[in-house]
Amino acid sequence: MDFSDIILVLDSSVRLAVPLLFAALAGLYSERSGVVDIGLEGKLLGAAFAAAAAAAVTGSAWIGLGAGIVVSISMAMIHAFASVNMRGNQIISGVALNFLALGVTVVLAEAWFRRGGNTPNLSGDQRFGSIDLPFAAEAQANIPFVGEIYAQLISGHNILVYLAFLAVPITAYVMFHTRFGLRVRAVGENPTALDTAGMSVGWLRYQAIFVTGILCGAGGAYLSTAQGASFTDNMTAGRGFIALAALIFAKWRPWQAMFTCLLFGFLSAMQIRLQGVEFPLIGEVPVQAIQALPYILTVILLAGFVGRAIPPKSIGQPYVKER
Amino acid sequence: MSARQPLPHWVTAFLMPALNVALAFVIGGLVVLAIGENPLEAVSVLIYGAFGYGEGWGYTLHFATNFMFTGLAVALVFHMGMFNIGVEGQAYVAGLAIMVALAFDQTHWTVVFVTSIITAGVLGAMWALIPAYLQAKRGSHIVITTIMFNFIASSLMSYMLGQVITRPGANAETETIDPVGRLPLLRDIPGLEFFGFSPVNVSIFLAIAAGFFVYWLLWHTKFGYKIRALGHNPNAVRYAGVSAVTVIIITMMISGALAGLVAVNEAVGVQKRLVVGYVNGAGFVGIAVAFMGRSHPIGVALSALLFGALYQGGQELAFEMPSVSRDMVVVIQALVILFTGAMSELFRPALERVFSARSPGAETAKAASESGSG
Repeated sequence: MDFSDIILVLDSSVRLAVPLLFAALAGLYSERSGVVDIGLEGKLLGAAFAAAAAAAVTGSAWIGLGAGIVVSISMAMIHAFASVNMRGNQIISGVALNFLALGVTVVLAEAWFRRGGNTPNLSGDQRFGSIDLPFAAEAQANIPFVGEIYAQLISGHNILVYLAFLAVPITAYVMFHTRFGLRVRAVGENPTALDTAGMSVGWLRYQAIFVTGILCGAGGAYLSTAQGASFTDNMTAGRGFIALAALIFAKWRPWQAMFTCLLFGFLSAMQIRLQGVEFPLIGEVPVQAIQALPYILTVILLAGFVGRAIPPKSIGQPYVKER
Repeated sequence: MSARQPLPHWVTAFLMPALNVALAFVIGGLVVLAIGENPLEAVSVLIYGAFGYGEGWGYTLHFATNFMFTGLAVALVFHMGMFNIGVEGQAYVAGLAIMVALAFDQTHWTVVFVTSIITAGVLGAMWALIPAYLQAKRGSHIVITTIMFNFIASSLMSYMLGQVITRPGANAETETIDPVGRLPLLRDIPGLEFFGFSPVNVSIFLAIAAGFFVYWLLWHTKFGYKIRALGHNPNAVRYAGVSAVTVIIITMMISGALAGLVAVNEAVGVQKRLVVGYVNGAGFVGIAVAFMGRSHPIGVALSALLFGALYQGGQELAFEMPSVSRDMVVVIQALVILFTGAMSELFRPALERVFSARSPGAETAKAASESGSG
C-alpha cells in the first residue's frame, strides 16, 4: 500500500462516515434531552426514499433533500408524541418507526415507480455532485503529499459531506455554549430541576427531537442522492444502528462522535481491501470479523471493561410531573 | 388534567388493545387506499388467502408457529420489565442446530426432532447469555447489547455459512436433511391431508407446548413469581433477598431457548437445510405479537395466528393485487407495535370520559380525589 492507496482508503472512509455522522449527531440531540432514539435507522431510510423519489420526480437534488428532511422530521415528531405526550416506551416507539420506514418505503416505491421497491436511477442535477475546492489541481501537481491530501481527501466531495463535518463544531457549540444546549443537557439529566425552574420539559424535548429529524433527513438524502444514485430496498442496512453504537462509543459527545464515525467508516473501507490478505501471526482475517467489529467494540465499552459509557441520567424515562 | 382514573378491567385488558389494533388496521387501510386500491377488497383477498382453503391454512399455521416461539420469547422477558430485541439473532445462531439434525438424519425423525430441540434451545440460550450477564452484572442496557448481538450474529452466521459448514459446491447453504430424518408434515397424518403442499409440521405441537410451558412458568412456579415481581418492582425483589442477577440471566436464557426453537420449525422442519438469513424477520414479528397479545400466552397464540394469516394472506394479496407489495405486512406490523406498544394509552382520556360519565360512583370518587389533591 503506497501513499496514494492510503489516501484512497481514507477518502472512502470519509464518504462512508458521513451518513453515520449525520445520524450520530442526530441521536446526540434526542438522547441528550433524555429520549432514547433507536429509530435513527428508520428515519435515515424514510429520508433516503423521500429524497430519491422527490429528486426523481422534480429533477432537483435540493428538493429531494428538503423532502427527506420533512419526512424525517415527521417521523421524529411521531416519536416525540409517543415519548412526551403518550409517555410511551421510547424503545418500542423507535422499533415501530424502523419497521414503518422499512415497509412504507417499499410499498410506495412499488406503487409509484414499479421497479421492485427501488426508485429510478438519478443523474445530473438529481444528485449532489462533487465540489472541487479552489487550487486543488494546482496543489496536487506542485506540492508533494500535502497537495495530494488537499486535492484527494479534502477537495472533491459533495456539499453534504462538508455540511456533515460542519455540523460537528456547530453541535459542540450549541450543546456546550448556548442556553438551549445547557437546557437540553439538563433536561436529559434532571428534568425535575427544569420543571421547577418553570421550563417545559416536553417542549424542550420536542425541540431537540426536531433537530434530530433535520440531521437524519440530511443523512438519508446523502445515501440516496449523493453517495448512491437511487433508493434501494433497505438501503441503510443497519447504518442507523452503527451510528447509535458510535454515539454510545463517543459517550454522547460531538467531536468524539466524529472520530468514532471516521473509525467505523475506516473499518468498512478496509473490509474490501483486507479480503484474502494474510497477516503475520493471525493469518487471514474473515471479512465478517471486521464487519462485526463496531458492534463488538460497543458491547465491550458498554460493559465497562474498557472505559465506561454513562448515558444521560434520565434517558428513556417519560417525565411525569408530581402532583 | 387529573391523575389516571381507574377503568374497568375489561376496558384496559381488552377494549383498549382492541381499539389500538383496530386503529393500526384502519391506517394500514388508508395506505392501501393511497396507492389506489380498495382496502376492503384487499382484506377479503387476504382473508381468503389465509383461511379460504386447506393449503392457505397450512401456511398460516406454519408462519404462526415461528411467531409463537418469538412472541413467547419477547413476552417472557417483558414480564421481567425488560425487552429482548435480540430474538432475531438468537434464532439465527440456533440455526446451527441443523448440524446435529444432519448428523442424525439416518436414524428416525423423532431422534432428529429431540436432538435439534435440545441443540437449538441451548444455542439460543447461549446467545442470550452474554447480553443477560452484561445487563445483570455490568448494567449495560440489554436493548442496546441485544441489538448489537443481532448484528454480530449476522456476521458470525454469514462466516459460518460462507466458510465453515457450507455444502461443497454451494454458496452459503448447508447440506439437506435426508428424507429418512425429516419431520413429518401435518398432511402426512391421516385425516389432515387437506393441508395440501403447505409446510406446517409437527413443530406446531412444540409451539403449543411452549405456550403452556410459559403460562405454567409465569403463574404457577416460584421462579415465575420472581420474574413478575422483578417486572413490577425491582427494589422490592432485592429487599426480599432474591438475586435479580440470577432471575435476569435464567429468564433471558429461557427466552433465547424459545427463540432458538424457530430453528426446529423453519430450518430443520421446512427448509431442511440452513441458508443465509433464514429467520427472515420472524424475531422482529415476535415483538408485535407479544405486544398485541399483552404478553399472555393465549394472547400471544392468537396474535401469532393473526400475523401468520397476514404473512400468508399478504403473499396472496401481492399476487392478486400487484400494486400492493408484500411489504404492506411490515407496515401493519409497525403500526401494531406503535399503537399497542408505544401509544397504548392513546384512547385512555376518551375512555375515561365515557366511563366516568356513565357511573355516578366514579364521578364522586373523582371529585373526592380532586379536592384531596387540590
